[in-house]
Amino acid sequence: MNFDSWVLVLILLSSLVPAVVIFLLPEESRRWRTAINLGGAGMKLVLVGVVVWGVYHEHTYSVSLALLPGLALLLRVDALSMLFATLSALLWFLTTVYAVGYLEGSPRRRRFFGFFSLCVTATIGIALSGNLVTFLIFYELLTLSTYPLVVHRGTEKSLRAGGVYLAYTLGGGLTLTLAIAWLQALAGPVNFTTGGALHHIADAHAPALRWVFALMILGLGVKAALVPLHGWLPQAMVAPAPVSALLHAVAVVKAGAFGIVRVVYDVYGVKLASQIGAMPWLAAAAAVTILYGSLRALSQDDLKKRLAFSTVSQVSYIVLGVAIFGPVASVGGTVHLVHQGFMKITLFFCAGSFAETLGVHRVSELDGVGRRMPWTMAAFTIGALGMIGVPPLAGFITKWYLGTGAWEAGQPWVIAVLAASSLLNAAYFLPVIHAGWFKPPAGPWPTQHVPAGARGETHWMLLGPSLVTAALVVVIGLLANAPFTPLEWARLLVAREYE
Amino acid sequence: MTDAADTPFMVGVIALPLAGAVAAFVWPRRAPAVGLCVAGLVWIPVLGMLIQLVSHGVQHHELGGWAAPLGIALRADGLSVLLVLMVALVGGTVSGYAAGYFGEVRRSTSPSFSSSPPGGDGEGSEDGGRAHARACFWPLWLFLWAALNALLLSRDLFNLYVTLELLGLSAVALVALADAPVALGAAMRYLLVSLLGSLAFLLGVALVYAAYGTLDLPLLKAALGGPVAPVAPVALGLMTAGLLMKTALFPLHFWLPPAHANAPAPVSALLSALVVKASFYVLLRLWFEAFAGAATGAAMDFLGVLGAAAVLWGSYQALCQSRLKLLVAYSTVAQLGYLFLLFPLSGAAAGGFTAWAGGLYFVLAHACAKAVMFLSAGSLMRAAGHDRLAGLGETVRAMPVTAFAFALAAVSIIGLPPSGGFIAKWLLLNAALGDAQWWWVGVMAAGTGMAAAYALRVLRLPFVGTASLPPVRRVPRSMEWTTLGLALATLGLGFTAAPLLEWLRVGAPVGGPGLVGGQP
Amino acid sequence: MTAPALYALAGIALFGLGLHALIARAHLVAKILALNVMGAGVFMFLIAVAARGEIPDPVPHALVLTGIVVAVSATALALALALRVRAAGGRAELPEQESPDA
Repeated sequence: MNFDSWVLVLILLSSLVPAVVIFLLPEESRRWRTAINLGGAGMKLVLVGVVVWGVYHEHTYSVSLALLPGLALLLRVDALSMLFATLSALLWFLTTVYAVGYLEGSPRRRRFFGFFSLCVTATIGIALSGNLVTFLIFYELLTLSTYPLVVHRGTEKSLRAGGVYLAYTLGGGLTLTLAIAWLQALAGPVNFTTGGALHHIADAHAPALRWVFALMILGLGVKAALVPLHGWLPQAMVAPAPVSALLHAVAVVKAGAFGIVRVVYDVYGVKLASQIGAMPWLAAAAAVTILYGSLRALSQDDLKKRLAFSTVSQVSYIVLGVAIFGPVASVGGTVHLVHQGFMKITLFFCAGSFAETLGVHRVSELDGVGRRMPWTMAAFTIGALGMIGVPPLAGFITKWYLGTGAWEAGQPWVIAVLAASSLLNAAYFLPVIHAGWFKPPAGPWPTQHVPAGARGETHWMLLGPSLVTAALVVVIGLLANAPFTPLEWARLLVAREYE
Repeated sequence: MTDAADTPFMVGVIALPLAGAVAAFVWPRRAPAVGLCVAGLVWIPVLGMLIQLVSHGVQHHELGGWAAPLGIALRADGLSVLLVLMVALVGGTVSGYAAGYFGEVRRSTSPSFSSSPPGGDGEGSEDGGRAHARACFWPLWLFLWAALNALLLSRDLFNLYVTLELLGLSAVALVALADAPVALGAAMRYLLVSLLGSLAFLLGVALVYAAYGTLDLPLLKAALGGPVAPVAPVALGLMTAGLLMKTALFPLHFWLPPAHANAPAPVSALLSALVVKASFYVLLRLWFEAFAGAATGAAMDFLGVLGAAAVLWGSYQALCQSRLKLLVAYSTVAQLGYLFLLFPLSGAAAGGFTAWAGGLYFVLAHACAKAVMFLSAGSLMRAAGHDRLAGLGETVRAMPVTAFAFALAAVSIIGLPPSGGFIAKWLLLNAALGDAQWWWVGVMAAGTGMAAAYALRVLRLPFVGTASLPPVRRVPRSMEWTTLGLALATLGLGFTAAPLLEWLRVGAPVGGPGLVGGQP
Repeated sequence: MTAPALYALAGIALFGLGLHALIARAHLVAKILALNVMGAGVFMFLIAVAARGEIPDPVPHALVLTGIVVAVSATALALALALRVRAAGGRAELPEQESPDA
């Protein structure tokens, strides 16, 4: 074991150790808890930075532990892992800051932050997994560690939502487990390999491989909220805002989408996946999800629910990009993994700030909120415009690559889906923006509760992260061609996949 | 090295608890100390056996130098050693827990107990009952421990009968330590079932002796290698029926839930984790060793079907229970069903050692996880004064260590990674898939889903409610932390499978490659 | 039919008789007696097995002796437990099986 192996373990430990320490700390020691949280998050960022640098220079990192013959825990990084790991590490840091501000003075913070750190450990573990079994282990850990966060409020409603959440995600996990075990019976242990790892059995077991693929997509599709497996997501909105932010932008939904990308690229490989005829089905599922999510979002008055259905729709852009057989669209899909994260987390941060500061939960109550909280509303606007796909924001880059990629791949129908989706995005986001900036406030806010320590429009720990992520949405859109941007990175990994 | 190789550690793991039992009986005041000493010291012969196994393979010992058939011969192969190790781990933890459970300070001296919810019995009688239980628990438990180890090391059918009987009697007496009428009824029913099972077993043993003139397992195996006498299947059937009764395989499980749910918490843990596994162990010895020649595929499949029915019925019953300990007890009924999937899967050529390893890893994982569940249920019951799920939420919230331990155990029972339960199910799943026995895959999937559902009925409790916490009766810290320790071991089993299964392979009756997967 | 075979069959008949009583009789003492009858049946069978050859086989004797010791202690425990069941419930019978939700 040298540093190259240890650094991956350290990345995991930088949130696992804080989780354990936080559980052991008494509820009252608020300062220590915050310090440990932010310390761990900062350390993780640094370590991920180091590894990103290494991967960029074609350095390899890996570490493994045999659980059984043919069943090994394997951590190994490639360009795709680092895309997801960087996203998680960065957004974890910001969400922690936000959560500390958001939960100021509320009970049971020890439990919250303990499971919060566990959840991030699982997410990073998913990013660093080098084979299917390791992926599965962290995937299930993610399910378990997010349940306490979803039911955190302890109300009857949140417990019901938690039950639904577990039913869906454990069902998905079970399906995935069966698929992985079946694949192992066919092919032996499967490590993620650029270009696919199953060529040696492709001819002998084509029908079985088709079934395994379907089962895997079913299992992963639950977390990725592919229609009709999305039922848990809008209900999980009862969770506190930082949890929703993390669930939607980084952890759960992304884990599902990331898994689908892994299965298509690094287990089957694009060639085999299209050879067994899986790609059109996947693309169709993604297209249906994109349109269905947007349509449902239109009619939601609850702001967080509207954002939730928007997530259902947006995450499938990733799946769509992967399912179109062609390098340009693939760049669009993988880069959206990051872009959607930044945009959606901005929106959730802002929605949480509105709720926490003014007690505003519904779209119909948002009139004039921009006058009271201009900075937050500005961040929200940037996130929303990005989602619609207005240039030069991040969302535009995604849609551009998806559109041109689809054209190149000879699938122009995708462009119609994109156009329809963009129109729907505009239809459910623009009224919010309009109401926030241009309508006069209808009356006093539901609750004028400015959190303790607030000087400006709201607590700086709520405002700061929203502004940072909003700024990032602009930067990664404007400077998309600069080195080390998500787009550059996505091109790098797609080039390796399509070699 | 010859000295270490010849040291009869096997005798040690039986004699030490036996001596402890006598000492605890003679000095009741010192009983907890004696018990804890045994729990610590027993690791010396246990690890000694392990080292002998690893370095010298299967070990034999003839007690007092008397050879079979009249003498008592002991044998330690990988299977035996692994289970002795399991007994030492779970038994040691339960001992630590029991020291707190039975040895609590008098309640009148502690003001915090004055707000305790009213129970059915007066304070004084409960205290007196506990003193009595403490005096009886330690000798009985240590005796049970000795019987268990003796059973695991026996290589002769009649010794198996005697140890099974010793085990059953001490287990029944332990259940009867709970004074409630319902517990006494459960103990009586358990005793009758256990004796009936033993007698069926004994009749089978007599038939075997009549037909083959030997009771030694390896000799029987050799004798059955040739033409099988018509009496052999009858004998095997009788013995199996008796053992299934003791193992509480569906539909012979009726006695288990009341007995396990109404016993004192440490006893419930011991019964569910260890005692039912003993008769399962004997079944393995019969079906895969002595009677390997007489056991047909159809019979193996039949056991598998019963196991599948147990998984589904037990899980369904666990979903319906309103008391925590009954829920956990029905979960045992379900989990025992998985063990019997070993029979059809291990019989198949492709499954082989993978299924064998999966079934036995299931035994280990379930022992640890189920002990944790019963121990944490006991802590909660002690704190709340009852174990009705509906009214347990506040108590669970006030005891995060116990809640966390229960959650870890549930992870293993459901079969989620990383845990011993996951490894076990993974192995069984691979065996079933490798041999294309789809039906068992479906059973496992359904059982997993149902296990998640009934575990969630408990796991949601810590999150119920928003009000601040009322004071709860405290339980000794040692109870909570020993439980958590075993829960962490359950999790640890998810990482230690490779060496454990290598040990299991020593002298295993089922061969074949370990798990790698992939078509040849 | 040889004498040992007769004894062996009688032993098995005793076993069956005891089994019937164990299930059919409600009173605990009857059940305990039934188990003893079953045990005696098995012992008789074993003795019959020992008497098959010219020289009596010592092994079944050892088994029966041990078996008797076990049976006596089991009976003692069962009787003690039956007394407590009667003291607690008023009747020396098994209580109705607890309904799952009781």
